[in-house]
Amino acid sequence: MTELFLIAHIAGRGVAIDTAQVDSVVDIGEVVAVPRAGTFVRGLAALRSRVVTVIDTGTALGLSPTPDTVRRAVITVVDGHHYAILVDSVEDVAPFVRLPLSSGLALQGGWGRAGTGIVERDGDPLLILDLVAVIPATPLAA
Amino acid sequence: MDDLLQEFIAETRETLGAISGEIVAWEAQPADGARLDAIFRFVHTVKGSCGFLDLPRLARLSHAAEDVLAAVRDGKRTPDTALVNAVLGIVDRISEIVEAIDAGSALDDSGEDLLIAALAPDAQRQAAAVPVLAASAPAGRATSRSVRLNVDLLDHMMSGMSEMVLARNELARRLRDSDVDPKVEAALERLSLTVADMRDTVTRTRMQKVDALFSALPRMVRDTSAELCKAVNLVIEGADVELDREMIELMRDPLVHIIRNSIDHGIETPMVRRVAGKPEAGRLVVSARQSGNQILIEISDDGQGIDVARIVAKAAEQNLHTLAELAAMSATAKLDLIFAPGLSSRDTVTATSGRGVGMDVVRENIEQIGGRIVLTNDPGRGLRIVIHVPLTLSILSTIIVGVGTQRFALARQSIEEIVTVRGDSVRIEAIGDAAAVLVRGRRMPLVSLGHLFRLGTEPPPTLVIVSTREGEYALGVDTVIDTEELVVKPASPAVMATGVYAGKTLPDNGLPMLLLDASGIAAVAGLRFAPVVVHDAGADEVVVPGVPALLFDDLDGQRRAIALAVIDRVEPVPTSAIRWTAGAMRLSVGDAIIPLHAVGEIGDRSEVAVLRLTDGESEMAYAIADAIEIVTLPAEIAPARRSASGGTGPIAGVVLIAGEQIELVDPHALFAGEPVTIASPPVCLLQVDGSGWMETFLKPALEASGYRCVTALAAGETAAVALAMEDAPVRETRAPVVTLRRARNAEGDNDASVYRYDRPALIAAIAARRGL
Repeated sequence: MTELFLIAHIAGRGVAIDTAQVDSVVDIGEVVAVPRAGTFVRGLAALRSRVVTVIDTGTALGLSPTPDTVRRAVITVVDGHHYAILVDSVEDVAPFVRLPLSSGLALQGGWGRAGTGIVERDGDPLLILDLVAVIPATPLAA
Repeated sequence: MDDLLQEFIAETRETLGAISGEIVAWEAQPADGARLDAIFRFVHTVKGSCGFLDLPRLARLSHAAEDVLAAVRDGKRTPDTALVNAVLGIVDRISEIVEAIDAGSALDDSGEDLLIAALAPDAQRQAAAVPVLAASAPAGRATSRSVRLNVDLLDHMMSGMSEMVLARNELARRLRDSDVDPKVEAALERLSLTVADMRDTVTRTRMQKVDALFSALPRMVRDTSAELCKAVNLVIEGADVELDREMIELMRDPLVHIIRNSIDHGIETPMVRRVAGKPEAGRLVVSARQSGNQILIEISDDGQGIDVARIVAKAAEQNLHTLAELAAMSATAKLDLIFAPGLSSRDTVTATSGRGVGMDVVRENIEQIGGRIVLTNDPGRGLRIVIHVPLTLSILSTIIVGVGTQRFALARQSIEEIVTVRGDSVRIEAIGDAAAVLVRGRRMPLVSLGHLFRLGTEPPPTLVIVSTREGEYALGVDTVIDTEELVVKPASPAVMATGVYAGKTLPDNGLPMLLLDASGIAAVAGLRFAPVVVHDAGADEVVVPGVPALLFDDLDGQRRAIALAVIDRVEPVPTSAIRWTAGAMRLSVGDAIIPLHAVGEIGDRSEVAVLRLTDGESEMAYAIADAIEIVTLPAEIAPARRSASGGTGPIAGVVLIAGEQIELVDPHALFAGEPVTIASPPVCLLQVDGSGWMETFLKPALEASGYRCVTALAAGETAAVALAMEDAPVRETRAPVVTLRRARNAEGDNDASVYRYDRPALIAAIAARRGL
């Protein structure tokens, strides 16, 4: 059975995102910093009349920070809050078969947390990224 | 008042429409509890509203219907066709009256007695006699100037409006960058004005001052308290806070229920209050305030609080939980029992409250809007109920401050004043490694926002004095930019986790902005405030001193009093927890055993009320039949004769309360261990002479001294001592005999008999004969 995936590039690597998690793909405007928030929070941006939390995907996955020049983002909704997940680029939406992660594959850091499977595109494996897991869980201040 | 009436009519009309289906379904399936609850709530709400809108006819009808439905709910009545018809008749009549009120026309009330009579259990026969109310077309329904709108529609309008503002802003920005015709500029200007105006209007459709909710309270409190013969001072605070209209609507019923409960159950009658050392008039404070991303509505009274033990007992009685479940509950869970459907802490039903509908509805309504309700119970001193409702869609009046390159909003109501650091009147001081400011002689901690947010290291030139619940401090910022009315929404968890923000907002410039949480900033900056003791002016009232005491019916039927100070609490205990073990009555409480004093038989009760007495260190229980009320002891106490305790426990004396002689229990003697219950009391054989004197006079006196009196020995029993009257023949007994004489004086020197009322001599003689 095939599902629709959005193929995007994060930190120079191709990933597949379940389209069910994708609200839209946009270029975000000015980002307002949020002092004291986790480093993975790039800031807040306005998306029409909505305020979204911009996630520095690189930092969130434990890689080097996503450069400031990156403006393209995948919008996802988690628990009623909108998040903009910064991506290097977005390619295409296409149907793929969801395959389990190859056994013994040692994914490091955030990749391991957010990677839920793989799809094969023209023989190349792409990691399926769970956007919910990309956003590090934050203990809510009481 | 007219507004309220209009709202009541609209609401009743709407609910009527909604429950008509429920009623039909209930008729088809009378055993369906959920439908019954829905109808019950309807009549209860109508009754509640009628109470303060002064609509006696509706109140009477709804009260009657509620009575019957309550009986059905308790299983005392079965909902048969006659009953359902009768209830339907009432509901129809309520609807007719409501229409008549709206149209301002008079409605004949002749049929109402019959309608109410039809509810009676024996009314089945007369059911046919109930006049079928002609489905008279309501005479001219008044044209209404108001429309009830779906909130979804308002939501949609609101978000459309925000989009429009942003589009206008973008257009303005683009036009500013290019050289445009002044005519275009004028058109844009007009568009801007219209948009701004529209925005205000649209916003107003959703927002209402909480005052709309509070304005009906003074009248309601006055009427309810008058009805219950209580004096209540109502204090309303924070009526300016704005709340979403929908929330106000949803808050109305819960608030009414809570306040009525407060007055009915919480605040005591003036007499009881005086005795308890409180001002005669109860104090009821209703306040609204914004805290973080929530609006808090607080209702606090200085009444008697919730008697948790009683609630637990009621829950057990009504089989809401098993005793084991109840025993395992935490204090909070027990307190939360008041939200259980069907539970009422009242024994008697009043017109005001006490049907167990109310608190469950309250919680349901509040949870429906994503809020929660928190109780703080202080038994004897009051109850505080705080309703938290989310700030979402609340319009907030804010002040925009600038730090470095960023802007933040700060809720205006948390701001005391804004000062500039200049000269000697306002200066920054370093105390150790902490910073403080001195503002006109007042020293307070300083939190530099630039420092906290790592946006700058310069000492802040402007100070915003903010007051939080804990205390006040100065928040150092670079500039104060503007004031703005903002729609604040909760921010994502990643942002809220910082603890310094209350929400996010999107002002007109299209750049997101964060709302600062003043209390959160104080906490994150590590400020510690000493609790501020607020001096309550009301506490200055002269309190007549007097020792309060609890008046109760004892197990032997006597009415007695005991000083209130020694009572830790009064609670019902299952009799299975009481055992005669190791020569004394003992009560098991949790995993402890405490001595129990009982002056009479517990009999076949399954539960008995006990006074839990404490002297601060040790604890004991005193079983009673029923607690009556709290009274003040008069200064005069007629001391008890030392020997008067005869079997009924230590009595300190007799006092006159409301013209009645009341025995006052002596807690000192109770704790001193009197009467000592001896493990196996020595047997005293009474050689009765048939006059009954020994059984009635002597037996209690001897038993109080630790003997067990018998008139005949059981097999294998030996008497320690025998007593006989001088003129009665001494029957065969091996026990030493004490002879009692009727004359006060002995007849000769070798007369060993004892005058029968000389108690000390008697006790001594018995002891002597036993060889002690």
